[in-house]
Amino acid sequence: MMYSEKLMDYFKNPKFAREIKNPSAVAEEGNIKCGDIFKIFLKIKNNKIKDISYLTYGCIAAIAASESFCRIVKGKTIEEAKKVSYEDIKNDLGDVPAIKLHCTHMVIKTFKKAIENYENKN
Amino acid sequence: MNLIYLDNGATTKVDDKVIKKMLPYFNEKFGNASSLHQKGQEARMALEESRRTVANAISAKPSEIIFTSGGSESNNLAIKGVAYEKGRGHIITSKIEHPCVLRTVEELEKKGFEATYIDVDSEGFIDLDQLKNSIRKDTILISVMHANNEIGTIQPIEQIAELCKKHDIIFHTDAVQSFTKIPISVKKLKIDLISFSGHKFHGPKGIGALYIRERIKLKKQMHGGSQERKLRAGTENISGIVGFAEATKIIKNSDIKNMTKLRDKLIDFILNNIDNARLNGSRERRLCNNVNISFDAVEGEAIGGYLDAKGICSSTGSACSSKSLEPSHVLKTIGLTHEEAHGSLRLTLSKYTKEKDIDFVIKVLPDIIKKLRKMSPIK
Ligand SMILES: Cc1ncc(COP(=O)(O)O)c(C=O)c1O
Ligand SMILES: [Zn+2]
Repeated sequence: MMYSEKLMDYFKNPKFAREIKNPSAVAEEGNIKCGDIFKIFLKIKNNKIKDISYLTYGCIAAIAASESFCRIVKGKTIEEAKKVSYEDIKNDLGDVPAIKLHCTHMVIKTFKKAIENYENKN
Repeated sequence: MNLIYLDNGATTKVDDKVIKKMLPYFNEKFGNASSLHQKGQEARMALEESRRTVANAISAKPSEIIFTSGGSESNNLAIKGVAYEKGRGHIITSKIEHPCVLRTVEELEKKGFEATYIDVDSEGFIDLDQLKNSIRKDTILISVMHANNEIGTIQPIEQIAELCKKHDIIFHTDAVQSFTKIPISVKKLKIDLISFSGHKFHGPKGIGALYIRERIKLKKQMHGGSQERKLRAGTENISGIVGFAEATKIIKNSDIKNMTKLRDKLIDFILNNIDNARLNGSRERRLCNNVNISFDAVEGEAIGGYLDAKGICSSTGSACSSKSLEPSHVLKTIGLTHEEAHGSLRLTLSKYTKEKDIDFVIKVLPDIIKKLRKMSPIK
């Protein structure tokens, strides 16, 4: 199994791995049994993702995928962000080993749940 | 960047002395040991000399050693060899064996043999009472590893050998991880079959050996020519065999002492300086080069990734770095939770490990754990 250079760079130099104080929405997905847990924090203003961050317990791919997703969606409108797929993360990372694709899916799932939480609140 | 290799449980660097011994057997003494001419005889002599060397290392007779392609083949041959020779019966092994033992026994179950997998305690020691109680009239083989590859626990093979002797059952041990690190003598212990693998003790990859006590009969698993007492067909890998034999001779007592000292330094540091970390395996009866620690709230592959970025090679029992997406069966069997198993880090030393290497690990590891814990949603 091989990770791309970009994937390793995201893993080693994460910029979005932090908590956001007073977030507009939060969601957590995954469980310890499968080995990855994702938490996404959102700050939403005027229908835009003003800020996004994550806390991830998981493998190299899980952390890099979280990082990639945050880099992609920051500044996008909610509608635009909802359209981001695991393919986009995969392309951004320059491929993800097949057995790690589930980690990528989980990031999207966590984000969708956070948006749901936000929309239910408002 | 200086590379610090602490994954010697996976494989080791071939010793320069070993390489030097091997080289002539590629282009100069390249003969086939079955040929009657002088080139063949040259190879034959090297083969038999190597067999004597290996036999010597465990106080066996040369005729009791056969060469194989490695640990996996030796374990397959030992276990299937006994089973198919007997035709039917019951096999006992432990739940923390290497996959090449576990999958082999499972395969035999599909072929009509019966098997019992013995539990181990929280430090990885086999339950001797359960082992005793599992023995049946038709038990044909007990296979228990000498030292575990993941957590380094050394099994009480002396007691198991006694038990097997008393009940007249064939005893096989996988000594792949322990060989050259823990002395083993077939004169002192009644072990019938022992598996070895060259690349775990600074020999080459793709070469192993099996000790077969005199009068123990095995059904061959590789058909063809009559090499290796007709037990293992195929032109002998002479360079590999010569390398394997040389590697059995070169480890010194001081190497073992040094590894033990560095191992303890590393374990003590981690346990005393990093919160919520615990040692997997036994503190006392432990392989001299094995450190295996679980860290709460962080995942093993990620720890390994940051260590690698610092030039340190390690390994983990976490699911996410295995193809099966299941955490290590060994860590689960000793009772670790999923979180503890996912957060495991294995550092395995060798005679080449320097104190400054361990000091460097000690310097960078706490910050790596801290950083990953800060990034973790588990608090
Ligand atoms: C305990 C144990 N048994 C068997 C093997 C298999 O040895 P080989 O790689 O030579 O087939 C290994 C190596 O991974 C091992 O650690
Ligand atoms: Zn993962």
